[in-house]
Amino acid sequence: MNKNINTKKIIISNSLKLDCGKEINNFPIAFETYGELNSEKSNAILVFHALTGDQYVSGKNPITNKDGWWSYVVGENKPIDTNKFFVICANVIGGCMGSYGPSTINESTGKQIGTDFPIITINDMVNAQYELIKYLKIEKLFAVVGGSMGGMQVLQFVANFPDKAKLAIPIACTSSHSAQNIAFNELGRQAIMADSKWENGFYSNYKLNPDKGLAVARMAAHITYLSEKGLQEKFGRKLQDRDSLRYGFEADFQIESYLRYQGSVFVDRFDANSYLYITRAMDYFDLSKQYKGNLSDAFKETKTKFFVISFTSDWLYPTSENREIVIALNSIGADVGFVEIESDKGHDSFLLDVPSFLKTLGDYINSTYKVINERRI
Amino acid sequence: MKEEFNIISNLIEENTRVLDVGCGNGDLMKFLQENKTKDIRGLEISKEKVQNCLSKGLTVIEGNAESDLKQFPKSSFDYVILSQTLQAFLNPELVINELLKVGKKVIVTIPNFGYWRVRLQLLFKGTMPVTENLPHEWYNTPNLHMCTIKDFYNFCSSKNIKIFKSIALKKSRISEINKSNLNYKNLDSHLGIFLIES
Repeated sequence: MNKNINTKKIIISNSLKLDCGKEINNFPIAFETYGELNSEKSNAILVFHALTGDQYVSGKNPITNKDGWWSYVVGENKPIDTNKFFVICANVIGGCMGSYGPSTINESTGKQIGTDFPIITINDMVNAQYELIKYLKIEKLFAVVGGSMGGMQVLQFVANFPDKAKLAIPIACTSSHSAQNIAFNELGRQAIMADSKWENGFYSNYKLNPDKGLAVARMAAHITYLSEKGLQEKFGRKLQDRDSLRYGFEADFQIESYLRYQGSVFVDRFDANSYLYITRAMDYFDLSKQYKGNLSDAFKETKTKFFVISFTSDWLYPTSENREIVIALNSIGADVGFVEIESDKGHDSFLLDVPSFLKTLGDYINSTYKVINERRI
Repeated sequence: MKEEFNIISNLIEENTRVLDVGCGNGDLMKFLQENKTKDIRGLEISKEKVQNCLSKGLTVIEGNAESDLKQFPKSSFDYVILSQTLQAFLNPELVINELLKVGKKVIVTIPNFGYWRVRLQLLFKGTMPVTENLPHEWYNTPNLHMCTIKDFYNFCSSKNIKIFKSIALKKSRISEINKSNLNYKNLDSHLGIFLIES
């Protein structure tokens, strides 16, 4: 949220033509790296973050003081072992953690850009991050990995740069945002825009923040990340710090209290306008449409090896949508593996401690790295 | 198991493109990868087995041969292997047709229900056969459509499927099956291995 954070940052001087038609240049990309790049530069993994993620994949996030968002997956002796791999993660453009976004200060006015920020797409995000890879002088990544919106970026990355990654792992994602997902995103955006403190996106000029709207957006979205079974098991109808109903609108139920808490901590770390822009980018994502309705064509130039993962209880990006990616890849004879992991934790499964997911992902990455290295020798 | 793998491996030319349908824990895939070709994929219905395969770095897709073979283009593999799985499908004929579409050649191996040890159990004990190769009881067997070497041989001729090679296995003894020894091989072999083409 445009805080004074000591984040690694580069300024991209090349101009980038956005899908909306506008061009941007001299814009910042904030990023973080973990582990060491080896001398052959063959161990780099680019991780793409999801809607509300950031560059702090692992270790302590300096803003929230909590563990990085993918601490179960990335770190020393984790499935993506930073003793072995050089992991890069950048804040997406449109984000609020140091990359070019609506909370970036416009130098000529001294104010935040707000809703004068151009509409961006997943394609734009990926093209911007490719500039970072060029800056780091990495000719070919070992892998591109990401879940949810991160998975969409994985797909777009391989489509845009078919020879820049040896391995692609899209997790719990889709090649085309569904009506249901657009609907949920629209609900969140309307909650923000309905907050009188939103001020058409120029709230920072008035030292305001549409906290209430953003919190509601987060609460609604958070429900979609869980599963009915998971919610029922964790909360059921349990009451919050009371023995009986109070016959009022306080948070009687634990689930209410939990959602309120999720909403309140979110507004401390996330910018409302970024939420609008990034959800819009997700809604606009339709990779097959970019290739005239044939998803396979997005990948026909590539030799990249794919591993697609979905989760049984994920109803936001269900297995059927992940399978469509597999089918498109199979129909052009691409090298693709696929598994649906059993989990009650809903869409959030990819972020959580789901042992069979972590084991399969880690083993696959490590054995593939070994095979690819052996082949080179 | 090892003999079956060796026979299958000998039927496959080097550096060809192979799909193993019902690849289980990937043992055959690993064997072929070490001996014949790196370009090998698997299709498996059990999540746990798919995860085992992926953990070994094998390219495997979780899916059901009866519904998911369609997604592969025609003749996209030089060989498609179906090892001791045909009997477990709801519709074996459909699966064979799908295999013949996806693969230029197809290798099918069949646990032989005509083997004399199997026949004796039904004849003398009067119970459904349980053998080393067919270890399940009638009430929990995944095998819905058991057949004999002769059944499969006749099936191929009636459907105009070309049999390039047919091999009988008894313990570790390997022999060729032909029209004249069919009845004998059908009695004396526990496994039949067929290389076929549409």
